Amino acid sequence: MEKDFSEIFQSKIDEELKIEPKDWMPEKYRQTLIRQISQHAHSEIVGMLPEGNWISRAPSLRRKAILLAKVQDEAGHGLYLYSAAETLGITRDEMYEQLHSGKAKYSSIFNYPTLSWADIGAIGWLVDGAAIMNQVPLCRSSYGPYARAMVRICKEESFHQRQGFEILLTLSKGTEAQKRMAQDAINRWWWPSVMMFGPKDDESPNTIQSMQWKIKRFTNDELRQKFIDVCAEQVKVLGLALPDPDLKWNEERKHYDFGKINWEEFWQVVQGNGPCNKQRLEARKKAWEEGAWVREAAVAYAEKRKQKESLHAA
Amino acid sequence: MSNTEWPLWEVFIRSKQGLDHKHAGSLHAADAQMAIENARDVYTRRMEGVSIWVVESKYIHASNPTEAGELYDPANDKAYRHPTFYNLPDEVKHM
Amino acid sequence: MTKQYLIDYTLQLADNALILAQRNSEWCGHGPVLEQDIAISNISLDLIGQARNFYQYAATLIGGNATEDSLAYLRDAIDFKNNLISEILNGDWAQTVLRQFLVSTYQFYLYDALQKSPDQQLAAIAEKALKEVTYHVRWSSEWVIRLGDGTSESKQRIEKALEEIWPYTGELFIPVQHETDAVTAGIGVDPKMIEENWKQKVSTVFSEATLTLPPQNIWMHTGGKNGIHTEYLGYILAEMQFMQRAYPSAEW
Repeated sequence: MEKDFSEIFQSKIDEELKIEPKDWMPEKYRQTLIRQISQHAHSEIVGMLPEGNWISRAPSLRRKAILLAKVQDEAGHGLYLYSAAETLGITRDEMYEQLHSGKAKYSSIFNYPTLSWADIGAIGWLVDGAAIMNQVPLCRSSYGPYARAMVRICKEESFHQRQGFEILLTLSKGTEAQKRMAQDAINRWWWPSVMMFGPKDDESPNTIQSMQWKIKRFTNDELRQKFIDVCAEQVKVLGLALPDPDLKWNEERKHYDFGKINWEEFWQVVQGNGPCNKQRLEARKKAWEEGAWVREAAVAYAEKRKQKESLHAA
Repeated sequence: MSNTEWPLWEVFIRSKQGLDHKHAGSLHAADAQMAIENARDVYTRRMEGVSIWVVESKYIHASNPTEAGELYDPANDKAYRHPTFYNLPDEVKHM
Repeated sequence: MTKQYLIDYTLQLADNALILAQRNSEWCGHGPVLEQDIAISNISLDLIGQARNFYQYAATLIGGNATEDSLAYLRDAIDFKNNLISEILNGDWAQTVLRQFLVSTYQFYLYDALQKSPDQQLAAIAEKALKEVTYHVRWSSEWVIRLGDGTSESKQRIEKALEEIWPYTGELFIPVQHETDAVTAGIGVDPKMIEENWKQKVSTVFSEATLTLPPQNIWMHTGGKNGIHTEYLGYILAEMQFMQRAYPSAEW
């Protein structure tokens, strides 16, 4: 019986049919999805923090409104993703517990600090650019609720990358101090962004199964190359440079060659030793713990009101 | 602490006057009124809606996917329910 | 020659909205639950929008090089005319939602009257803002009720918040010179005229929230509208204006 189900399941996947919450699915598929979707959701929520730093200091009212709307969107995206994961039989509170205990991971990029206003531009251009490249194929993910959440997210995110690039473009046309600020931000965010695509394919244990299940559509290295190719061209518009002396167009491969990635740093940050890992997690835990009484009060009040209403109806 | 998790709600949004409400997603809220407001804040930030329905997720009853064959396949061979099934001469207009 | 009172009156409306938006936006990423994090950011965004509209109008009244940004970023505390209540600390969620309720209710009656002003710009901005504020009143009053009539902890917290905030409410209804001038000219709204409605609404919501209205004789802080602020505003401006001050006349 189990075998029949798993054959039907894989044939659905092969035919590009979506898997929906109540459909039979292998336990490993469910677990992989929960891990991937919740990790994605956590990334959105933790990702609010580095950019949130600059809402109070945004240099114009227009920029302030844009940045606040953008960071708020990330809360929305986290929410859509948590909801998608919840259809797989895990609650949001359980996912939070995993985040707070350190069991669940989130994108390491958010463990880097935002030191200047230009970082907001660099994050929009590079980090959101990399995220979009990762996310667009996920709109076709085999799991229906995940794919639908991603469609909504990608639609909303299209402004995020543009606003980042616009910030950098404005800085690149500005004073010397502004140009320096922009170049410095690109220098700091470039390599971490390149690492956002995850470990090299031959060191990425989950890739093969995820590709077979069509949870994932392209390998880490394929997406990384695509990202580098695009950015290498876009940076010319800014009149700035990517901090990689080995970056060079390879006519044979029809791709840009690039320098060595510092995987030691990557794994150190994943393991919690990045510049802001502790602060990020502490901020999330603090918000959650200090909000406990608020959530309790809302439940208590809803309960009281229900009782009052039923008394009224009686 | 887990007993303070707000219940899950499904959100349905009418994007334009005259159209059906369509499932938009879900969210958490302590009560129905809050669910409507949360839906407004979460799902209509970009003018996506003119009307909102919310229903607590636990009240949704769904058909069982393993019964899909008996439920939906029998409709497959009833092509005569569709207008394209019928051949009419081209002279007949507006039908 | 534009009348100074009209400029000051418009700036006061703008400053009130901006400073409260700045405060509320501190919650972004730190709210008690994701859905409410989004809700309070929406309110902040509405307020930034209102502030920009008022600043843009003030900039045209002032003329010269004035822009919405020069008004927001290059004036010092003494020139800010916001009510003190906008600048006090967020405190906990109880203090934030209670302040929002008290201010939104004030803005509701203010904008409702202002949309009938013969000054067409002010009237148009007020009309648009009124819709937003109507929702803010609804959202915040529900939270006040929820916390007041929720658990013993939430009740205790909102009572403490009330004690903290109430002394800043009197100022809303005590007109300063530029308000009086704007009223005399028939353009502005007499704060005395909206006080009764405000009190009525507040006491209705408080009674549902099982909160007791503080006694009449409480000493009220004033000064904000005349540029005499709490210590908090200096820090708010130091942070908010940092970029514009550090990189004068740059484009962003």
